[in-house]
Amino acid sequence: MKKLPILALLLWLCALFYVAIFLFVSGFLLVRLEVNRTSTCGDVLLPGGREHGDFCQGQPRFRRAVLLIIDALKIDFARFDPANKEPRPFENKLPVLEEMTSSKPSHARLFPFRADPPTTTMQRIKGFTTGSLPTFIDMGNNFASSAILEDNLVHQLGEVGKRVVFMGDDTWESLFPKKFHRSLPFPSFNVKDLHTVDNGILQHLYNTMVGDDWDVLLAHFLGVDHCGHRFGPDHPAMAEKLTQMDEVIRSVVDRLQDDTLLVVMGDHGMTDTGDHGGESQRETDAAIFLYSPSPLFPEPSSQSDPEVVPQTDLVPTLALLLGIPIPYSSVGQVLLPLFPAHRHTAGAPAGLSQAEALWINAKQVNRFLETYSSMAKDIPPDSLSRLQADFSRLSSEYLSMVNEGRLPSPELVASLQRYLTSVRDTCRATWARFNPAKMAAGIAVLACACVLCYVLSEMSSALVREPRLLRAPLLTAAAVGVCVVAGQLVVQGYAEGSWCLAAAALSSEVLVLWRTRQTRKSNAAEGRGWLTLPDFFMTPAFLVLLLRCASLLSDSYVIAEGRVVTFLLFSLSLYIPFRLNWDGFLVPPVHDPLKHAGLLPSPGLSPSAVRRESAAVLAGLGLLVASLYLSLSFHGCREEQGSCQPSPFLWPLSRVQDSRVKNLHYVLSLASLGAWSYTLRRWLRHYGNLNSPGVAVFTARWILPLLSVCLGLHWAVAATPDDSFRNLAELIALGQRALPMAAFALLGLGLALLSLDPLTVFIKTRAAAPVRSSASPPPPRYRASTGISPQAELHHLIPQLYQRMRRSLEEGEPARVPEGEGRPAVEAYGLGTVYSAPLVLLVGLLGLGLLLLHPEGMALSFLLMMLEMGAMLQIHASSVTLNNQQGARLDGFAVSWTPLVLWSLASTQFFHATGHLPTFPSIQWAAAFVGFPGGHTGTMLPATLVTLNTFASHILFAVACPLLLFWPLVCEVRGGRGGRGGGEDGDDNAIMEMRLREVPQQFSSALLQLSIRYLFISGAQVFASVCAAAILRRHLMVWKVFAPKLMFEASGFLVSSVFVLVGVTLVMRVDVAVGRWFQRLLPDVSR
Amino acid sequence: MCRHQANIPDLTMWDQEIRQMASSHAIMASGVFMATVVPAVLVPGFSVYGTHLLWLYSVAGSVTVVNITLFWLLGVSPPTKKNTLNYKVSRLVRSCLYLLLSCLFFHTVVVLYGAPLLETALETFSLAVLLTSLTTLRCVCVLGPNVQAWIRVFSRHGAMSVWDTSLQMVVGCSIVGAWLGAFPIPLDWDRPWQVWPVSCSLGSVIGYLTGLVVAPAWIHWHRKQLTYKSK
Ligand SMILES: [Zn+2]
Ligand SMILES: [Zn+2]
Repeated sequence: MKKLPILALLLWLCALFYVAIFLFVSGFLLVRLEVNRTSTCGDVLLPGGREHGDFCQGQPRFRRAVLLIIDALKIDFARFDPANKEPRPFENKLPVLEEMTSSKPSHARLFPFRADPPTTTMQRIKGFTTGSLPTFIDMGNNFASSAILEDNLVHQLGEVGKRVVFMGDDTWESLFPKKFHRSLPFPSFNVKDLHTVDNGILQHLYNTMVGDDWDVLLAHFLGVDHCGHRFGPDHPAMAEKLTQMDEVIRSVVDRLQDDTLLVVMGDHGMTDTGDHGGESQRETDAAIFLYSPSPLFPEPSSQSDPEVVPQTDLVPTLALLLGIPIPYSSVGQVLLPLFPAHRHTAGAPAGLSQAEALWINAKQVNRFLETYSSMAKDIPPDSLSRLQADFSRLSSEYLSMVNEGRLPSPELVASLQRYLTSVRDTCRATWARFNPAKMAAGIAVLACACVLCYVLSEMSSALVREPRLLRAPLLTAAAVGVCVVAGQLVVQGYAEGSWCLAAAALSSEVLVLWRTRQTRKSNAAEGRGWLTLPDFFMTPAFLVLLLRCASLLSDSYVIAEGRVVTFLLFSLSLYIPFRLNWDGFLVPPVHDPLKHAGLLPSPGLSPSAVRRESAAVLAGLGLLVASLYLSLSFHGCREEQGSCQPSPFLWPLSRVQDSRVKNLHYVLSLASLGAWSYTLRRWLRHYGNLNSPGVAVFTARWILPLLSVCLGLHWAVAATPDDSFRNLAELIALGQRALPMAAFALLGLGLALLSLDPLTVFIKTRAAAPVRSSASPPPPRYRASTGISPQAELHHLIPQLYQRMRRSLEEGEPARVPEGEGRPAVEAYGLGTVYSAPLVLLVGLLGLGLLLLHPEGMALSFLLMMLEMGAMLQIHASSVTLNNQQGARLDGFAVSWTPLVLWSLASTQFFHATGHLPTFPSIQWAAAFVGFPGGHTGTMLPATLVTLNTFASHILFAVACPLLLFWPLVCEVRGGRGGRGGGEDGDDNAIMEMRLREVPQQFSSALLQLSIRYLFISGAQVFASVCAAAILRRHLMVWKVFAPKLMFEASGFLVSSVFVLVGVTLVMRVDVAVGRWFQRLLPDVSR
Repeated sequence: MCRHQANIPDLTMWDQEIRQMASSHAIMASGVFMATVVPAVLVPGFSVYGTHLLWLYSVAGSVTVVNITLFWLLGVSPPTKKNTLNYKVSRLVRSCLYLLLSCLFFHTVVVLYGAPLLETALETFSLAVLLTSLTTLRCVCVLGPNVQAWIRVFSRHGAMSVWDTSLQMVVGCSIVGAWLGAFPIPLDWDRPWQVWPVSCSLGSVIGYLTGLVVAPAWIHWHRKQLTYKSK
């Protein structure tokens, strides 16, 4: 068996997928680091020894502010065109804005208000409260909740004692929990509901305004946005909604006092279909309307008003107008028209002048930039150093001016503005732009990788025969990568790793595809054209995979993913017996043998064997269906699923109040744990794998049960209420720490022992010492070949050995001495399952380890998972036997697509059935604290634990994947026995997995094909969710459904591929060990 | 009867048999049609979505009646060896038993496919009744109450007459239709036909009608390739 080439090929395929995912994700999911520092009043010390020491003590320009946020208030909705005689439903519906700006030009102004992508409400609220550019993933330490931990307006207002009253969209409540003086959230989830939020606000808005219980009033209306999602902007309902908003604004304006600032704004725009989330101008351009009863703009329309106000600019402007420090991470720039050009000539009593405001702003932005660049390296260094040089020049210029008592020159003001603008542009380029080129490159690499996987899986035997086939293309590809690096270095001066990877990956894919095509062309024996659709695309397995991939493109199906996958799994598994029946294999031929004896070749299986295999298929199907159905009761619930009740088994026992329920759950979990271990041991014992004194058997005999005991004790300790045994509190605390640690240690030990010596074969030369000396065990013709190398001798010898050993394959069954012969029998217990036993053991150990990271109730689900695996393996094995009953295997040991698709679907299904969901709030963070109740210092370990918990089912199914190859062989012996019972020669049938060693080429190719096919199936699903994210990046649900789904699918693929490699490596390790074992045996036998 | 002559590649015979099948299928399809139209005229407030169960049972009933009548008239069902009354009664009883079991079977399968276990048990069972009337009833009519024959007929070489082939097609289409009918249910469109079990029963009826149309056409198209082993 060729090990290294196979592993290298698999690694290369995985690497292709990783590169593709990395490329796409780096273009699609923009990541930014959160800076958890807050500005203080002391930060805003004005230079030049100003009279007021503390900025926050000064008299602000406005004492109060009203912020009306009208969700999705596009600039087109706010503009008024008197010439438009036939306005469309969304045009000219807010005349109040136009009336105010034209009648009181120094009091009111309307600007387009440009949001930064992603233009989704939550990101936008973050944006215009922190002044930053929130991305889809803001890396901070608030994984578990959506609360904003970055410095923000609401926090700063609270710090100086301003009372913030909020009403409207309940997103705010989750973003700023307990930050408001008073809060009236209304449910925002139902997009079809146009009125609940708005009417709720209107019930309270005016009363609140009239009262004196507030300083800042936030009201977030959702009706316009929901109307857009439901009907689109061009609909009478939109006209109604906008007219209502017009009235609201009028009423609010009427109730404003002189010291109050009114801001009416949209958080983003909408496309012509009413959606948002992307970066087109229709989505980004909202409206902002500023008004105050006292003059707001010092010189009516004097200097050049900005054409567009970026959304980040609201934060510094509001902060300085209300007299609070600018939030730490803001990258905005103050809106100059709202500040007087010179402090002393202004009408307003205590406002900052433009230069002062800009100076405070620039200092804050510079401070943020310094902090950020010391934490993260994603801002290009050259622009960073340029910005810093700019700032130090400007600051010395400004300070010297102030010290000399001169008024700041307009040039200085202009250059401060330029500085702020370039900071914002730099940050935006880093954080707020999809990179379509990288996304496209990612999709291309991914698509090619999938095609490649398919093509290579079809020609795995050729690959095993000539492993050098791919060397030249890969070397060329590496050269291309290096060339791209060199080119980039020459042209740009620096190299971007992602593009080099993309170039290398894509070129290697294309070259290999081209190479395989040539090979195929030359291999006329294959008979199939390269472009004709192969069989796979006509099978229901492919249809099911296609449906699964298509379901990833619809938000409803992603939300219902658990059910959808179960449905597909059920359909495909029902298809198997149907297909067997259709091919006439399920029932033994009923026609009387007399009639057909001459016509049909005699079947390879006796009718009784056929009947038994059919029964096995049906029993497996029953078990599969039962575990599928039961597993449905372990699902969690997404927030989108309204009437869903999460499974009661998802609660940790310590949270269950009712002690009877608690005990019941505990006993159930314990029973499933026991069943898990017992089933494994029973299986191993049945196939004679528990006899040898080796370390693997030690693992199975002792470590596995000990691990279960540890788990059971740990659950008991964890479920103990804190107050029940006061005097035992210390012991309980110790147990909570020590038991999981012991379990981890046992698991580690078990895995180490298993990899040290995975053989579970026990050999015994039975009662043969005297006989052995008399009769030479190997037939003479082999012994005579002294000239042949030991390798060749081994090769010849081994089949002879099997002939002996096969008789002792079954547990406890002593090797029968062949009748009438006095030859010695070599007993080898467990040789028939030499490959699958370590795998099964590994799965069992890993399963227990992963179960440790789950809530106790999931033990039931894990047991179901094992039963389902067994059922699928059984169905697969029996259907292979039934399919092959007419003759020998047609295609070696190849595992067909149907069981693999089932296998892959089952991994997704149990992802759901272990209480996981592809959403971030549903991640089971508790897993990070198993064994570490005090928390962690680093992030690697908790991240690993949470990953292991989240992708437990992916891990188990990926590791167990090679079992699909072995199981038909493991089960083969029964067919053979049946055959012998029917009077046929069953001798060739009974060597089980040793068959694989006889044809190492076919073994290698089947193993390679199996893993590549599994990678293909997983990769196709990743491809579908990548396409979903790319195509639907404007969709309402992109950040709630598709982007998280993409993250989970991609991470699941990563984990799966790694563990497929682990499984394959273990199989190879066993193969090496078996080879050594035979070598040790050889001199023994041939002596 | 004609089923025994079917293995003779006599095209006129074929044509006659196919024509017979086509016309009986047309009657069956019109039965479904009438079951939709007649109550709409007679029962006030009748609609396929609104009073779905009523429509469902009316279709199931009409399919049952039409099927039994037609197959009895055509005499397709396998010839009985004994003609005693006792035997006939036992056949009838067994047929009814199988139909009932088939209802329970379909109910179980549909529940396993993800239908709610308790809340909509009546709807689920009605769907099972409809599926039984579209599939199992035809099996009973064509093959008699003989489960082994039913299993045999759904294999590649299991069909022994044109009626068997048409049975394969009609049953397959009905089941696939019901299966496809489940697809729109998770979508958030809030349409009346997404309510359980409307889409599935509509799907199965549409599949059934498709099968009725496709079977004679397909057999007509492939009549030269088709050969049946006599029983
Ligand atoms: Zn919004
Ligand atoms: Zn929206």
